[in-house]
Amino acid sequence: MADSVSSPSGQQDEGETRRDFLLVTTATVGVVGVALAAWPFIHSMNPAADTLAVATTGVDLAPIDPGQRITVMWRGKPVFISHRTEAEIEAARAAALGDLMHPEPDDARVVEPQWLVVVGVCTHLGCIPLGQRSGDPRGEYQGWFCPCHGSHYDTSGRIRRGPAPTNLEVPPYEFVDDTTIQIG
Amino acid sequence: MLTKFTTLAATALAVVTVTTTAFAAEAPRPPAQEWGFSGLFGTFDRGAQQRGFQVFQQACQSCHALEFIHFRNLTGIGLSPEEVEAIAEGYQVEDGPDDLGDMFMRAARPADRIPPPFPNEQAARAANNGAYPPELSLMTRARFFGHDYVYALLTGYRDEPPEDVELMPGMYFNEWFPGQQIAMAPPLFEGAITYEDGSPETVEQYARDLVTFLAWTAEPELEERNRLGVKVVLFVIVLTGLLFALKKKIWSDVH
Amino acid sequence: MAEYTWKSPTVRWVDERMPVFTLMREHLVDYPSPKNLNYWWNFGSLAGIVLVIMIVTGIFLAMHYTAHVDHAFESVQRIMRDVNYGWLVRYIHMNGASFFFIVVYIHIFRGLYYGSYKPPRELLWMIGVIILLVMMATAFTGYVLPWGQMSFWGATVITSLFSAIPLVGDDIVVWLWGGFSVDNPTLNRFFALHYLMPFIIFALVFLHLWALHTKKSNNPLGIDIKGPQDTIPFSPYYTIKDLFGLGVLLIFFLGFSFFAPDFFGEPDNYMKADPLQTPAHIVPEWYFLPFYAILRAFTFDIWFLSAKLLGVIAMFGSILILLFLPWLDRSPVRSGRFRPVFKVFFWLFVLNCFVLGVVGGNPAEGFWIPLSQASTAYYFGYFLVILPLLGIFEKPLALPSSISEAVVSKGHSPVPEAAE
Repeated sequence: MADSVSSPSGQQDEGETRRDFLLVTTATVGVVGVALAAWPFIHSMNPAADTLAVATTGVDLAPIDPGQRITVMWRGKPVFISHRTEAEIEAARAAALGDLMHPEPDDARVVEPQWLVVVGVCTHLGCIPLGQRSGDPRGEYQGWFCPCHGSHYDTSGRIRRGPAPTNLEVPPYEFVDDTTIQIG
Repeated sequence: MLTKFTTLAATALAVVTVTTTAFAAEAPRPPAQEWGFSGLFGTFDRGAQQRGFQVFQQACQSCHALEFIHFRNLTGIGLSPEEVEAIAEGYQVEDGPDDLGDMFMRAARPADRIPPPFPNEQAARAANNGAYPPELSLMTRARFFGHDYVYALLTGYRDEPPEDVELMPGMYFNEWFPGQQIAMAPPLFEGAITYEDGSPETVEQYARDLVTFLAWTAEPELEERNRLGVKVVLFVIVLTGLLFALKKKIWSDVH
Repeated sequence: MAEYTWKSPTVRWVDERMPVFTLMREHLVDYPSPKNLNYWWNFGSLAGIVLVIMIVTGIFLAMHYTAHVDHAFESVQRIMRDVNYGWLVRYIHMNGASFFFIVVYIHIFRGLYYGSYKPPRELLWMIGVIILLVMMATAFTGYVLPWGQMSFWGATVITSLFSAIPLVGDDIVVWLWGGFSVDNPTLNRFFALHYLMPFIIFALVFLHLWALHTKKSNNPLGIDIKGPQDTIPFSPYYTIKDLFGLGVLLIFFLGFSFFAPDFFGEPDNYMKADPLQTPAHIVPEWYFLPFYAILRAFTFDIWFLSAKLLGVIAMFGSILILLFLPWLDRSPVRSGRFRPVFKVFFWLFVLNCFVLGVVGGNPAEGFWIPLSQASTAYYFGYFLVILPLLGIFEKPLALPSSISEAVVSKGHSPVPEAAE
């Protein structure tokens, strides 16, 4: 608003420079003020304190049998927890890094090899890949298969074929005790 | 021009004064107390807040909910996250349903609300002779002169009601409660709550500390509001001064 | 207006196809304004700016608010406690409502004193009255949203006014509520309407400005613009004056928002709505108090009209009568400056409005009742008796022949060549 103020035409006196200086100063302070005032509004759209406070989820792993996969919610998104069998761990470790679209060794993606914890959101455009329930298609690499655009993930949740650019994300989590993890 | 501006400002001031006095007449005004959190630079006394929380825990929470306070908020009275977690663990909250569809109790976490003493209004009334202990986290804003009122109420019990007052059964005489008969028994007694920091263990001190705590639960943003407010208003005053100078300069060729 | 050639090719390209820049230049820069406008003329543009502040803060609040009886109060507390700067946005919105009315009421009193409603500006004035009505509806629906005790009982009392309408009154109330009491359907529709109406106001403001710029601004002398020597371009003269005025307003507005956010509020609204318990004193927000006083002034029936119906008619009538003001005041002189008798009655009218406000804030008992009746009588008497009679009997002072002459003779400083 302040910068719409222009000096009226036909004024040529010594007050001119002082007015210009005053105009520039005032306009600058005004613009800075408007910019600062915008911040509370922008920041109000960031996650609120209550949203941030519940951003952790505890999961009891004890009831999950080998070969079983369960889904839990974390920050409003599904997290896939897979109790991997020896064969699945083997398959994940056997893949040569050179063959991977997004090279990451399996042991960099797990804390305990039998537990794989990944965010169940396809890194392509956010669909939820299939493979959690028995009977779901698990794709060519026996991991997960995203039906939206045909991305195939392996038993380490790594992208092997299809349009997804990166592996399934591993959320931050830690073992609180032997059979309990806390995600987030 | 300045005279006109002065007229405007004077009118505004007059309006504010007239309306304030007109509405202040509504209720008897409790005696005004000194509060460290009032005024442009007001802040909460952390010690008083924490003692007040202790008073709330020992004298209030068996009947009154503190609906809008989560344990995590208690960092606002100067507790560390670890202390908050320890306090939360001392409370049980209902969670669930679990995999079998049942609700279960578990230790509270910082993200939980401070659990209310009763599950609903009916249960609260049943346990309190038909009276409903109100939620306290907004209490100091829910009454005229809320801070002074709560203080006056807590210190306003009289053992013997005046002779012309006939108390209803189960009621107590309190000078500051509307109608002067209150269902709440006197909650504070000298020495009933032990302070670890050596503050006086009097009813007045308990009441002061509790009001400070409840002032915070009602306006947790107060300190940030005052800090930011001083900066914002000073900024606008400077900007307005610049605008006034520019206005004078621009208009100098008109009159 | 002389053709203006835009320097920037992009601006020129757009302007040739849709002359939006020319339009803005014409109305925000070149617009010839009387050179003698005083500070009371700041309040129109201030009202516009406060409207924008209200819309912006309101949109951000709506992002966090839940319009459901079980969640509304909690969601407001979440805004106050958990949403980043939510308290600030809400305090500005809360206090903004009060400042909107302060600014608009001053704007209206200015129009009343300087005769801004008189020909040829009748339509401009009438659009303004409609804006006031929509503003009131917006404020009322907005006050219900936090779902506190005063929200609920205010909504109950005000919607029940419509039950005074003969025959269909009760059906209308049920229709307004969407049920048999103020409840979730009521809250939902109030939220929808509260979000809608500010944009209607925004559109009406454009009509208001269109009418203003067609017949040009009135001025403290109330005489017509005779030629270019009477005017100065809107920008920079009035843009800078309006911005300075905005700065002063913001000092007060932000001062209240930061340091006394509850000043205009009611403690009862910090208690969640309870349909089983009415607060001891139900009072509307301060800006409705004069009208509330008029509503309650009728304690007696007249013929077949019940006191209740009379109160409702008088309350709505007290605003609608403004629509007819251009035809009630027939004095050919606009500005109160040249109307010695009018001036006295005008200031009595202003005082009377404050009296009505104080009466409206106090319980309807004792001497408040006759006082409310007397001041209601003066309110209507001013429009229906005093102004029409003054138009006939008052002898106005001599008017100056032109704005520029009056400005020079005030002897501030000689007119510089540039302004000739």
